[in-house]
Amino acid sequence: MAAADIAFLPNGSEGTRARWKYLDKVLDRPGPFTDPDSFVPGNHETLERAKVLGAGGLGCEILKNLALSGFKDIHVIDMDTIDVSNLNRQFLFRAADVGKYKAEVAAAFVEKRVKGVQITPYCGKIQDKDEEYYKQFALIVCGLDSIEARRWINSMLVGMVDGNDPDSLKPLIDGGTEGFKGQARVIFPTMTSCIECQLDMHAPRAAVPLCTLATIPRQPQHCIEWAHIIAWEEERKEITLDTDDPEHITWLFQKASKRAEEFNIPGVTYSMTQGVVKNIIPAIASTNAIVAASCCNEAFKLLTNANPFLGFPGTDNYMMYTGDESVYTYTFEHQKKDDCPVCGEEALARPLEIDPEATLQEFVDSLAERPEAQLKTPSIRTTEKSLYIQSAADYERMTRPNLEKKMKDLTAEGEEMLVSDKAFPTMFKYVVVWKR
Amino acid sequence: MNDKKQQKDAEAAAAASGKKKFSAADLRVIKDLEHLSLSDTMELKRELDNYKNFSLAINPDEGMYKGGHFEFAFEIKPTFPYDAPKVRCKQKIYHPNIDLEGNVCLNILREDWKPVLNLNAIFVGLQFLFLEPNASDPLNKEAAEDLKHNREGFKRNVRAAMGGGNVKGESFDRVMK
Ligand SMILES: [Zn+2]
Repeated sequence: MAAADIAFLPNGSEGTRARWKYLDKVLDRPGPFTDPDSFVPGNHETLERAKVLGAGGLGCEILKNLALSGFKDIHVIDMDTIDVSNLNRQFLFRAADVGKYKAEVAAAFVEKRVKGVQITPYCGKIQDKDEEYYKQFALIVCGLDSIEARRWINSMLVGMVDGNDPDSLKPLIDGGTEGFKGQARVIFPTMTSCIECQLDMHAPRAAVPLCTLATIPRQPQHCIEWAHIIAWEEERKEITLDTDDPEHITWLFQKASKRAEEFNIPGVTYSMTQGVVKNIIPAIASTNAIVAASCCNEAFKLLTNANPFLGFPGTDNYMMYTGDESVYTYTFEHQKKDDCPVCGEEALARPLEIDPEATLQEFVDSLAERPEAQLKTPSIRTTEKSLYIQSAADYERMTRPNLEKKMKDLTAEGEEMLVSDKAFPTMFKYVVVWKR
Repeated sequence: MNDKKQQKDAEAAAAASGKKKFSAADLRVIKDLEHLSLSDTMELKRELDNYKNFSLAINPDEGMYKGGHFEFAFEIKPTFPYDAPKVRCKQKIYHPNIDLEGNVCLNILREDWKPVLNLNAIFVGLQFLFLEPNASDPLNKEAAEDLKHNREGFKRNVRAAMGGGNVKGESFDRVMK
């Protein structure tokens, strides 16, 4: 493509086909990987109908890319409000927006800039939304900034999969960055390796041995960690540390400074204290751009079939990008784990028909006969309580009285029930359904 | 009624009743706890429905800490097993790798923790600290110095501290079984 061709079309020229000239080229011609007999290239309609969800810290990049790629119905979730420190890279926000919700401002900005796109913001947590909500999308692009949020959306999407309904399977495209490093991955819940399977791919938190902190600090960060982990516990045990409370950070900063002085270590500052305690890894605009771009390209290919995409079952599904030492990228297939607690065979909650009038004892006996379980000494728990535990003698004694109770008094329809047996490495997860 | 229809009904009922699901951290910790292989020198103390907080007692039957009873409080965070559990010794003891507040210096609790490790690995690691206290990773500097330079004196201090006595002006908890 000649350089001149890449210029943005000016505002106001949308509505003409010219706007999508290059997209048309990608979508309408047979690509190098397309089979002329079976391949039907997608079109704008595919994209336009596709409802997609973007969320998280890479939000600006993802929204911009999706909108400019031809997606028309985009939803965005973000709970944060705009902070002055975001303005260097989150280009949809201006100084006047500080304090407003990111999702709202970003949605309004992109709707204004890319005509014909509809962006629906939700200012809150991804955890506020339920299955019904996530079901409406064709796919989900996430650029979340915490492991917790990633694990949550992952287990939500895995839990939604219904083998009889292909529409229940929502591809998850996940991007993440840490400084100069990042990754893009595509997950087909229950079919390919999930976030939980890949937990060990996350760089461990950089931790310094406790004894180094306690006895031979060498860096200002060591003094801060000491104040954070050791001094706080010693002197303010009764107060729960809130890393957003300036008084708490100030206290840690003063403690750390004093310690740094004792050991002759220069460099402890308030903002470094904040950074160490909140485990802030600097976000680099260009790394975010690279990773978000890769995620959105995969979203585009996945929905249009224009070219093979990352994550097709049985192929590579993980692209790691490292820019901290020169540039290196590596794409590979991360294998699904059979014993994954989220997507492994044992983790999928199967419906289990239970007679509400039966006693727990009768239920325990019936487990020994279920073909997939055949458990002779099962332990049974709901998310609320332990019904019958046989893995230790005293728990068995404590839970034995439950054996005479009726199932309807111990659990409820729709509740998750976990059945394990010390003799087997696997656990079985069920959803209670009353036998009618 | 087919399976899926049942599940849908069940899910609808669950959504209506606001039933929680097991989190990935819950599942992992339950699995770890179900498949412990505790030696005779270890005791797990856990309330029936509490997987997030429990304690482990270690009763060394050999080494310098033989005859003692040491309790560790475990706190499992929602980020487990990405993050290691928080572990603290509940008693004030004289040990080179455990400070007077109960902080423990064990590599797999911090810098060497990996999600593939399980609770059993930590239990074994803690037990090892009593068999082989380690002077090169000191959290209690004085105890480490004693161990390094005066092994007999260190042993005497261990016995005195375990009995609830004083060592160099510091009083310790009685931890004899
Ligand atoms: Zn998995």
